[in-house]
Formats: sequence, structure tokens, C-alpha cells
Amino acid sequence: MSRPLAPVPEFLEPPEPGSDAQARPRKVKRVRKRHGPSHYILPAWTGLVILWTIVPILVMVVYSFNKAPNQRETFHWYGFTTYWYQHVFQIPDLTQALVNSLLVASASTTIATLIGVPMAMALARHRFLGRSAVDATVFVDIAAPSVVVGASLLALFLTLNVNRGLITIIIAHVAFNVAFVIIVVRARIVGLDRSIERAAADLGAGPWTTFQKVLFPLILPGILAGAMLCFAMSIDDFIITEFVAGQTLTFPLWVYGSVKVGIPPQVFVMGTMIFVFGIALALVNTYVARRTAKAEAASMRIAAAAAAAEA
Amino acid sequence: MTWRQRLVPYMLGLPSAFWLTVFFAIPMVSVLSVSLMTGNPETGFNLTWHFGTFWNALTTYKTQFVRSFEYGAISTLAAVAIGYPMAYFIAFRGGRHKSTLLFIILLPFLVSYVIRMLSWNFLLADQGAILGTLKNIGILPQSARVLSTPFAVVTGLTYDAIPYMVLPIFVALEKIDPRVIRAANDLYANPRVAFTRIVLPLSSAGIFAGFLLVFVTNVGDYVAATILGGPGTTMIGNVIETSYLQDLNYPVAAALSSILMIVLLLVIFLYARTFGTDAVQEAVV
Repeated sequence: MSRPLAPVPEFLEPPEPGSDAQARPRKVKRVRKRHGPSHYILPAWTGLVILWTIVPILVMVVYSFNKAPNQRETFHWYGFTTYWYQHVFQIPDLTQALVNSLLVASASTTIATLIGVPMAMALARHRFLGRSAVDATVFVDIAAPSVVVGASLLALFLTLNVNRGLITIIIAHVAFNVAFVIIVVRARIVGLDRSIERAAADLGAGPWTTFQKVLFPLILPGILAGAMLCFAMSIDDFIITEFVAGQTLTFPLWVYGSVKVGIPPQVFVMGTMIFVFGIALALVNTYVARRTAKAEAASMRIAAAAAAAEA
Repeated sequence: MTWRQRLVPYMLGLPSAFWLTVFFAIPMVSVLSVSLMTGNPETGFNLTWHFGTFWNALTTYKTQFVRSFEYGAISTLAAVAIGYPMAYFIAFRGGRHKSTLLFIILLPFLVSYVIRMLSWNFLLADQGAILGTLKNIGILPQSARVLSTPFAVVTGLTYDAIPYMVLPIFVALEKIDPRVIRAANDLYANPRVAFTRIVLPLSSAGIFAGFLLVFVTNVGDYVAATILGGPGTTMIGNVIETSYLQDLNYPVAAALSSILMIVLLLVIFLYARTFGTDAVQEAVV
């Protein structure tokens, strides 16, 4: 007797042996299964959590259109206006803070990618002394609480009497971003078939040519994913930045500093702009990834067909 | 292998090894040396091996330490309770909407953390969208308030934790072979037993990975406490922030962050020893 006592999720249920479903799978009209109320608990819960996830984001978007008096937002709603969108860059220090954030994010992403990718290659493809130490450091770097990382870096800068500003912020951001690059890119390299590189080497390609022509194009999606993660982490970071910033302000720092005096609506406009830009980038990324996957599948089919024809 | 080939990994790894050592590993140690200094901002600080600072800091700010670990634990447990059923739904019944649902979960990452906490401040304000409405209907008395209570801070911390919790649990659940559950059902396990004996243990790696990421982050947080809390919800992060950046009391700040670092590093190492580092890394990827 193999009939289960409990109902199994739909996708696990194979057609009954000898049933119509197995004999003529396409012609049978699928009967909608009747579900008890407990079937809807999980989707309802997920819906609620999604709502909970999205509402604070909506608050930001909605309040960016608030006709707030005195340039200060409170939870009061005063009516709809696009005035703040036309005057986003009206507050010079806020604009400067946003520019600083973009500068820091671009610089730290570039440096972290440039130094992180080679380390990822070393970890994925080579054995060397200190490998496990690097592994442990990367893990702690990701898991360590920001306040400790920030406070420790500040202690270093204070001990060495380093002037704090954009440079120290970038240094700190590279220090946490490089761990993300290493992990993301290494996972991509480990997932690759080594025989492709060996084939290139067998065909006479030197290590540099193999990297340039074979490995790099294959790990490029991983590098881009790592870079995007870095940029997002960097532009959002508050705690570590606050410790190493000195008098310099980034966007999150400026916002945090103006909480007590009142938030100007431009903050929500900029937040909304960053949000919309992020979504657009993510959508483009998925689209490109899907197209690449399709193209890869197509070329695989062609290769398979060619091989079959030859045989 | 020639010596040049042997050198390759060292050359590849050198730049980031340098960066991680100088700007991550060494600072962790130098913070200890700052905590052993004495002096004041005007005359400067000197290393005097004054271990008393540790003891003073610990006794003075015991409440904030305990409170941080309490808030961290409660928000982490809440995030598991909220996130697990959702990760389960996405992994087993998400179907073709799986990636869309995951994308929605990750949306908060595209909004600055400080702004998200501000949104919660607006939502939970005394006359804001939630409380104002409930008061007008008469469900809540006019004096009811949420802002500057521990509940508000924990809500903010839990909200921030959801994506970090759902992602590793989802990854772990996705790896479970559906045939294993089917086998359990065939062997007369009812859904509850199949879940507690099969699915839950197999996904525990994800839960612990999420637990680590969220707990460590939340214990050290002070943004939620600043924006949503009040004088009675000060966390240890707030104390470190104020003593470092406003009071310029570097030794105390360094001592507090060293204590926090040692405790949390212990948590991290115990985790890594027990469960390995794969689940956390997979969640990042």
C-alpha cells in the first residue's frame, strides 16, 4: 500500500498508474483540487509579510509628494505636490552629501572589485599558505557587527592621527565590500567546469590569454553581481561610515543628522529616485541574464545538433 | 610546478589580503590598545594599560548591554517566526513566481536603512496612520503610544531582519529533495511529523545562518533605537556612538566596543565551528 495517509503537495503527486492522466496527459481536463482553509494560511501569511515589507517603502514614496510646510516633513499629510521633485537639489549640503555617497560607492566598488576578483580566483583555483586564514577573515568580515568594525577603524585612524574624510570612508567601504566580491565571484568560479580552462591551455593559450578569453567572460556575470551588491551596500551604509567620516557627510549621515530638526521632503525624493533606479537596474540585469541564458542554451543545442549530425 | 607558478596565488591574493589585514584585522586589535589608554581629549591619550576602564565600562553600561542582547534576541526570534513560513511558501509553492517573490523580499535593500526607520517613525507616530486611526475608531485610548517604547525599536529591528532571515532559509529549503518528504508521507508520517522530523532539521542550517547574521547585526544596531526609541531604549551601540563621537571619551568607547566584539566574535566562531561557513556564504551569493 503506497497511498499516503496525508495529502501531499500537488507537485509531488504523480499521476495514478493506469489513470487517464498518465495515458492521455494532454487531453484530460485538469480538475481543480479542493483545498481546506489551511491551504490558504501560507499564501495569506506571505501576502501579509509582503505588505509589511512594502508599506514603509510606500511611505517614503508617498511623502515625497507631501505639500509639507516649512520644508519639514512630519507624519501629517498636507496634499499632493510635485514641487519637491522640481526642487530636489535646492539644499546644497544635502546635494553634496548625495554626491559624496555616489563618489564613495563608485570608488569603493571599483577598488573592491579590482582587488577582490584576483583573491576569488586564488581561493577557487589554487592551494596556498594562509588560505584558511583568508577564508576565516572574509567570513568574520561579513558577520561582524558594523558598530565594532566602525569603532575599530576609528581607533586605528585615531592612533595613526589620520585626518578623517572621503578617503577614510572609501577605505572603510572597500574593507567590507571586498569580502562580498570575494564570496560572490568565488562561487561563480567554483561553479565553472575546469575542463574549459584546461582545453584552452591544451590549445596553447597562456595563463593570461586563458583568463582574458575564457575565464573572464564566464565570470563576468558574477563580477557584475558582486559589484552591484557592493554599490548597494556602500550607498546604504550608515554605521561604519559615521565612525570614519569626520566632518564629511554622506546621504545617510545627512538624513540621520536632520532627524532631530526635521526631514526636508527632498530626502524622500532622493530616496525614491535611488529606489526607482535600483529597480530599473535589477530588471535590466534579470532581462540580460535571461537573454544570455537563452543564447547559451541555443548555442548548446546547435553544438549538440552538430555533434549528432557528425555522428 | 615551477616557483613562478607557486607564486601565482600569492600575487593574486596580495592586494585584498593587505587591505583586509590593515583595515579590518589590525583595527580589531588596535581598538584594544585604545581601550587601555587614559587621558582626556585636550591633553591627548597615552597607553597606560589601565584595565580598570573595562570593568568600569561594563558596570556602568550593564543595562544597555543586557538590553541590546534582549532586543537582538527578541527581534531575531520574531524574524524567524515571520520569515520561516514565508520562505517555506516561496520554496515549495512559489512555482513560477519564485524569483518575483524573492525580488519583493529584497526591495527594502534599495531604500536607505535610515529612511526605512524614518518611515516606521511616521507609521508609528502618536497620531500617525496606524495609531491615529485606531484612536479615532476608539480601539486605543488617546494616551496610547508606541514610539520610544521597546516595542517600536524591536519592530524596526525585526523589519530590517526579514530579508536576511528569509534568504538563507529559502536557500536551505530549496535544497531539500521533494522525494524525501514524499518518502516520509509514504511511511505514514502525518504532515506535522514530516515537517518537524524532516523539513525542519534539513533547513536548520538556513535558520542558524539567518540567526547569526540578524542577531549580530541587531545587537550592535543603534539607528533603530535613535529614530524609533526614547531615553529608556538606549542600546550599547548608542553608548559607543556617543562616547566616541560626541563625548570623545575614546578609552570607554573602545572598551565597550571591544567587549561587544569579543562576545559577538565568540558567537561567530562558535557558529562557524558548529555549522561551518557555507550556509552564510550561500545566502550572500
